[in-house]
Amino acid sequence: MNLTLKIWRQKDSKAKGQMVDYKVTDISEHMSFLEMMDVLNEQLVNSGEEPVAFDHDCREGICGMCSMYINGEAHGPDRGVTTCQLHMRMFNDGDTITIEPFRAAAFPVIKDLVVDRMAFERIQQAGGYISVNTSGNTQDANSIPISKHAADEAMDAATCIGCGACVASCKNSSAMLFVGAKVSQYALLPQGQVEAADRVQNMVAQMDLEGFGNCTNTGACEVECPKGISLENIARMNREYLSATLKG
Amino acid sequence: MSGILNSSIGRKFAMALSAFFLMIFVLQHFAINLLSVLSPDTFNEVSHFMGTFWVIQYVIQPILIIGVIFHFVMGFVLEIKNNKANGVKYAKNNGAANSTWMSRNMIWSGGFILAFLVIHFIDFWIPEINTKYIVGDMSGMHNGEFRYFHELQEKFVPIWRVALYCVGFVFLALHLLHGFDSAFQSVGANNKYTKGLKGFGKAYAIIIPVGFIFIALFHHFNH
Repeated sequence: MNLTLKIWRQKDSKAKGQMVDYKVTDISEHMSFLEMMDVLNEQLVNSGEEPVAFDHDCREGICGMCSMYINGEAHGPDRGVTTCQLHMRMFNDGDTITIEPFRAAAFPVIKDLVVDRMAFERIQQAGGYISVNTSGNTQDANSIPISKHAADEAMDAATCIGCGACVASCKNSSAMLFVGAKVSQYALLPQGQVEAADRVQNMVAQMDLEGFGNCTNTGACEVECPKGISLENIARMNREYLSATLKG
Repeated sequence: MSGILNSSIGRKFAMALSAFFLMIFVLQHFAINLLSVLSPDTFNEVSHFMGTFWVIQYVIQPILIIGVIFHFVMGFVLEIKNNKANGVKYAKNNGAANSTWMSRNMIWSGGFILAFLVIHFIDFWIPEINTKYIVGDMSGMHNGEFRYFHELQEKFVPIWRVALYCVGFVFLALHLLHGFDSAFQSVGANNKYTKGLKGFGKAYAIIIPVGFIFIALFHHFNH
């Protein structure tokens, strides 16, 4: 495949970026999107140009690092995949592909396609955990009865890899699918009940502080989420938050 | 509780509550308007009751006005906040791939509804307030008959006004097509009933505005 790539290039967080056109040739349809980017970077290095900076780590859809906005969609046109799992067979020979970083005021660009997603870490630190005394006499989690239904739903929520596709896809740059998943995974389990009210209030407060937008229920996040996190998690977070706040 | 409106979830909850109130209002408005087609006499009697009963005039009406103002002001406030939350605009954004046009353009459909409401208030509400509270005529009568049905018919004689109202109702339908189930999601109601509720919401969003359009056309052609 021969492709034209329109890629956002930005020297650093302060520089003004712009779209730059590149040509890549002999791309195999079996390559992943990141492998295609590797080919481009090799080409750029060989010609003495600065390679395109982009986030990646595990390259098997688990770490949530890859974060490109490809042809107007987070992680590209395929469904249920991260950019590293996106294959070039989704494109046609001669295509022009637009590649941009995830956009949100809370996700500032560091360089080229790399954005700072530490806001998600700070939201997690605000309450996305349970406090367990690990002094050596910790209770075996399997000794606490949990219904199959609750365990399944909590596991579904816990599959969120925090990639930020929900924020990037949302017209309001809202992080509610991410926060909803993190709140839900504990709210559904007995271990999470003790800190449930503080958790949801602190995580939502941090989310608002980070400057994410307000959810208007377009559902774009659910469609673009590589892990299929459901909007039900946002509804659960709303219930948890309202209940915690109204009870005082 | 005090700071609930300062949080993103609190604001969407308040937005949803005002939406529920307005959707109930629109339903009763439609039901009363439909009477003008089915039975002009009943329409006159119900209109007179609604226009003179103190609970409706001095309790429900102010709440309604506050609800309308709150819904619009909060809608614009949220839009401004959301625009601020966005970074640099995407060079290429395929919104249609993951969401409906209605859900992405609530501010526009809402804005057109607001413009329509201004016209609607000038046409009906302000003359009504003028007759009752400035002129001081609470009788609801004109030339020995109830005036409500006659006034309604007169308003829909000019075709330009009928066309304007039809456009307004189309925007109402577009707004409700997303707004109905969005309000339920905002209050945390997403469960086994959601699928059925979405179907009901679509029916509501289409039937009510189409019904309003039918009423406007009916009076235009049956004058």
